[in-house]
Amino acid sequence: MWNFAEHGNSTAIIDEYGKTLTYRELKTESEKLAAIIGKRCLVFSLCRNEIGAVVGYSAFINGDIVPLLLNANLEKELLNNLLEIYKPEYLWVPEEMVSEFQNMSEEVNMQGYSLLKTHYKVDYHLYPELALLLTTSGSTGSPKFVRQSYANIKANTDSIIEYLELDSSERAITTLPMNYTYGLSIINTHLMVGATLLLTDKSLMQKEFWNFFKSEKATSFGGVPYTYEMLDRLRFYRMQLPSLRYMTQAGGKLTPELHKKFAEYAEENGKKFIVMYGQCEATARMGYLPANKAVEKCGSIGIAIPGGKFHLIDDNGNYIDQPDTTGELVYEGANVTLGYAECSADLAKGDEWNGILRTGDMAYFDKDGYYYIVGRKKRFLKIYGNRVNLDEIDRLIKGRFDGLECASAGVDDHMYIFITDGSKADAVKDFVANKTKLNPIAFKIIVIDEIPKNDAGKILYKELARYYE
Amino acid sequence: MTNRELYDNAFIEVLGVTNEQLAGLKYQDVETWDSVGHMSLIAALESAFDIMMDTEDIIDFSSYEKGMEILSAKYEVEF
Repeated sequence: MWNFAEHGNSTAIIDEYGKTLTYRELKTESEKLAAIIGKRCLVFSLCRNEIGAVVGYSAFINGDIVPLLLNANLEKELLNNLLEIYKPEYLWVPEEMVSEFQNMSEEVNMQGYSLLKTHYKVDYHLYPELALLLTTSGSTGSPKFVRQSYANIKANTDSIIEYLELDSSERAITTLPMNYTYGLSIINTHLMVGATLLLTDKSLMQKEFWNFFKSEKATSFGGVPYTYEMLDRLRFYRMQLPSLRYMTQAGGKLTPELHKKFAEYAEENGKKFIVMYGQCEATARMGYLPANKAVEKCGSIGIAIPGGKFHLIDDNGNYIDQPDTTGELVYEGANVTLGYAECSADLAKGDEWNGILRTGDMAYFDKDGYYYIVGRKKRFLKIYGNRVNLDEIDRLIKGRFDGLECASAGVDDHMYIFITDGSKADAVKDFVANKTKLNPIAFKIIVIDEIPKNDAGKILYKELARYYE
Repeated sequence: MTNRELYDNAFIEVLGVTNEQLAGLKYQDVETWDSVGHMSLIAALESAFDIMMDTEDIIDFSSYEKGMEILSAKYEVEF
């Protein structure tokens, strides 16, 4: 994937503690790790925005080893469940976590991370083009992963570099987890052009983040809608950030008010604000709103990325060719991934989608061909940029609270969990927050007499909407 | 309610902590005090004391004690 040798002694990574790694060192370290593993196999990588995690990731991708990326703070029971389902040969984990895996042997420790050998019997095959497994709904620990190929990653990386006009002078600071497709796309692109990654897990609400930002002269960052709400509250517009060149936004729809504020801030301060659209199923990105249209086309996800195409279909699957008509958004391009995996046997599967992705998002385009998302076909919410499957939440709750009637619904960043037994309210809220590792502020429990259902026993989610709309 | 009670209540309500946990409590000591919790905590304090905090103070607000120090030094909230 990456040719680190061509970037020589340029700095590839700087972490928040001042540790740096040149491209030459990244090449040496990643080749060493790949050689220790020595064969194509599946590795679970527990990620933080740390040098060791990036060294591991680049070793695996460049070394024909398939990583499955997870957040290092994934709840233990969910992780154990995934281990049993996928039976990886190795784990790559932050060294402080080694003691949590007593039945595994430590093979090597590098850059603060440890390679652990598991003892699973490997009874599955890896499709030769399979490069990477990313979660569709990381926080609920769903076993459903997206299968990305080497060609998918390469195509999407090249396209992003082209429309963001990235070169080796960029210094992107991390604001998103690297196991999250959007965060990972920033790593993929910057390693490709020989730019510098500024790695930190500190949040925008911490002084250390901004000190690191300023001292290392960050040129860009990405954010989900919630990131921009935080920046708005921080009165970001008044901050002096001369090194900043551009900001990107993805992971859900920003309110038109915030879109306008940041677009105008960028225009007035000689920066760029680029709203983008994507899904893990399309590697990362599918659409972008060029910076020079940010104000004029406020609220739009823009146009398809270079090499990709959008179109809309109606309920019967027919093309929609009229502007301002809503239909399901369909994307075509080389970055459409191979398909899903739900168990280790699925890792042998080839390309099931053939370059065409029905996004599940409802959209229209205007007379100039700019697309606008208006809703979703599937039952999931984006909470702080994380896709949370509502049926999965209901399943988890019912699994934990035997016989409890529950149904979850809501809008992005606000989930409403309906139950009929008020005595369980606090316990349910704690359980969901703990399982998803999302702040409980996102969840509200509503106790009602009865969950509305139709004659066939199907939950009528539309009737629940009146409680929160 | 005294200013101290208003201050404590914002922590207890937004972060879901108990009175006993307040002394010495720092950012990220509890799972609920992450960036999302921080933003909600600041919003609760701004509304409780009818103030508007500066960026520097929001990001400097790293513990229960530090917050009191900032509010009394810069926003005339006496504890």
